[in-house]
Amino acid sequence: MQTTFIVHVEDQPGVLTRVASLIRRRGFNIESLTVGHTERPGVSRMTIVMDSDERAVPRIEANLYKLVNVIRVENITPQPSVFRDLAMIKVAATESSRGTIMQLVNAFRARLVDVSPESLIVEITGTEDKIDGLVEMLRPYGVLEMARTGRVAMSRGTGAAALASEPAPRIDAEIAFDSGVSFSV
Amino acid sequence: MKLTGAQILWECLVREGVTDVFGYPGGAILPAYDAMLGYPIRHILTRHEQGATHMADGYARATGKVGVAIATSGPGATNMVTGLATAMMDSSPIVCITGQVGSRLIGSDAFQETDITGVTLPVTKHNYLVTKASGVAAAVREAFYLARTGRPGPVLIDITKDAQQSTAEFDYEAAAPRPHERPGLPPQDAQFREALALINAAERPVILAGHGLLLGNAMAEFKAFAERTQIPVAMTLLGIGAFPASHALNLGMMGMHGEAWVNTAIQQADLLVALGMRFDDRVTGTIATYAPHAKKIHVEIDPAEINKNVAIDVGIIGDVRDVLARLLPAVAVGNRRAWLETIDDLKGGSAVRDIKNLPDQGHLYAAHVIHDLWRATNGTALVVTDVGQHQMWEAQYYHHDVPRTLITSGGLGTMGFALPAAIGAKIARPDAEVWVVVGDGGFQMTMAELATVVQEGIDINIAIINNGYLGMVRQWQEFFYERRYAATPLLSPDFVKIADAYGIRGISVRKREDVIPAVQAARQARQTVLIDFAVEQEDTVYPMVPAGAALDQMIRRPSPIAETGADV
Repeated sequence: MQTTFIVHVEDQPGVLTRVASLIRRRGFNIESLTVGHTERPGVSRMTIVMDSDERAVPRIEANLYKLVNVIRVENITPQPSVFRDLAMIKVAATESSRGTIMQLVNAFRARLVDVSPESLIVEITGTEDKIDGLVEMLRPYGVLEMARTGRVAMSRGTGAAALASEPAPRIDAEIAFDSGVSFSV
Repeated sequence: MKLTGAQILWECLVREGVTDVFGYPGGAILPAYDAMLGYPIRHILTRHEQGATHMADGYARATGKVGVAIATSGPGATNMVTGLATAMMDSSPIVCITGQVGSRLIGSDAFQETDITGVTLPVTKHNYLVTKASGVAAAVREAFYLARTGRPGPVLIDITKDAQQSTAEFDYEAAAPRPHERPGLPPQDAQFREALALINAAERPVILAGHGLLLGNAMAEFKAFAERTQIPVAMTLLGIGAFPASHALNLGMMGMHGEAWVNTAIQQADLLVALGMRFDDRVTGTIATYAPHAKKIHVEIDPAEINKNVAIDVGIIGDVRDVLARLLPAVAVGNRRAWLETIDDLKGGSAVRDIKNLPDQGHLYAAHVIHDLWRATNGTALVVTDVGQHQMWEAQYYHHDVPRTLITSGGLGTMGFALPAAIGAKIARPDAEVWVVVGDGGFQMTMAELATVVQEGIDINIAIINNGYLGMVRQWQEFFYERRYAATPLLSPDFVKIADAYGIRGISVRKREDVIPAVQAARQARQTVLIDFAVEQEDTVYPMVPAGAALDQMIRRPSPIAETGADV
């Protein structure tokens, strides 16, 4: 079963290692992991997609909470949510095939971001299914290179993931955690 | 107030109540050692950094206070890994401080550089790399907070040499740790109601008492709970001491080498009330057949333990003492006479197989040594064991009525733990009568710490259960590898002469009748005495649940009649 966790962590060196190491040594499987900044300074947001059975889900959550730098963990799988993946696909294109490829790009509401004599770069955002669909359609023309970000997710409405009520990340305490303290690797 | 990072370290340690640290100096930690001389700290020089970590661990387990170990970078730090892993598995609160090469050298493979925060990531509750003097106070304060709160555990602080040497404004208050708590745990009223209903309705309940009861100081509430509900108590290895062994409701230790009646009772139970324990594979036998008739209530401070190994019916997350205090007034007064009588019958059947009841044929059995040690010390000694057969015999034959009088490496099973952990325990509790019970294998792993014993003037006693084998491994070879004793016969030096070389009194015991006089001689000597007990070489710990078997499918000691051949 695919489970999507949103994990808010303190933006500190080594936090990614801690999360990845925990998941590895407990034998859980990551399908994708993305990380980036959030609306709050000092807080990073991870979207972790895991392949796990139902009984493991609360244990993954509980284990993540044991990491000191983890502020909040949320399993958004059961909630109505928006899921997005971004892909850049470099596809071989000749004079004759370029037109058809561009029609596909339009049909998928993707964008051309680079055109060169022998190839195109297509940028697409959407659910993984949609991206997989475009990749399938482009494959016959020759997919030369592909880069995907992995899933980012956000639950719909205002109910979830509101960090306003959460304790501030400890990095806010300037004296306590200046740049002189870092965390592993 | 401007202080060096090294001074800030000691300022913080003193404020945490630290009076003793165990360590070994070296280049990258020298500034901290130099600054130490200005503070009221007793430093115990060990002979190996592993010893320092086990001493801090023994110190912590004997008192509940945080133990502190200190070492240099590189090999000093990596030598701490076994001690950290031991403390992690047994939830023991220790703080390890390591020196690190200068911050500008990090990543350059400098002399004695190791990425120790990377190395210790999976065996610490948390760790810190501090590269500036201004970061020392916050790291130390938070390390102590983390080590002792929630589920306790080890924390490592790696401090670069320049962070120790440079100065920073010391503001203790501003460096206060921020609470690390999981937000929004739901109220557990429903779980409490369900737990009470299950407990009140159970006819054949068993309490599984674990280390959490000791860590959470819940002994009084626990005893009241067991007595009110009249539920018999089975203990994990680390739970020993949480409930008086002499109590009528005490069954004894469960698990792989648990008493037969305990394991059978668990398999027949209709309810298990697990308190501060984690269903380790050594206590469950194969999960598929574990306690098949029982509902399971699990009270545990670490939410990640609920449903980890065994499927739980009611999980209550919390400090076991608070949970018991809440259950206690609400739970019905129990009457389980029929169930207790059933267990008594199981017990009676086991007594004839007890090695204590075997006819004396002039053999010295380890179990006899432990039994006599228990008698001669009135059951009140603080016993620190190593790992292996002697550890199981200690758990079976030394009956602990007093909390925190058995210190042993349970989860990691660290050979070499006993002697250093006992030194730590003795430093923590100078008035306690401390006995090391150790095998000939494990003792040789860390016996260099005998020099620490002498240099620090420590008065403990050491009982070596010497059978000339790595006994527990030999036992597995006997049962499961057709007695092919690969690498288990063990040559040892003359331990009495070893003791003599260190200026310690050594006694050699080969006969049962000499056990108690030797123990009494050791007790009366006001210094450390080492006793080398030459015991039966191929003796076996019974009962034994083979790996992968159901908990009540035990290999039992052959009945005494069969063993003497008299029934043929």
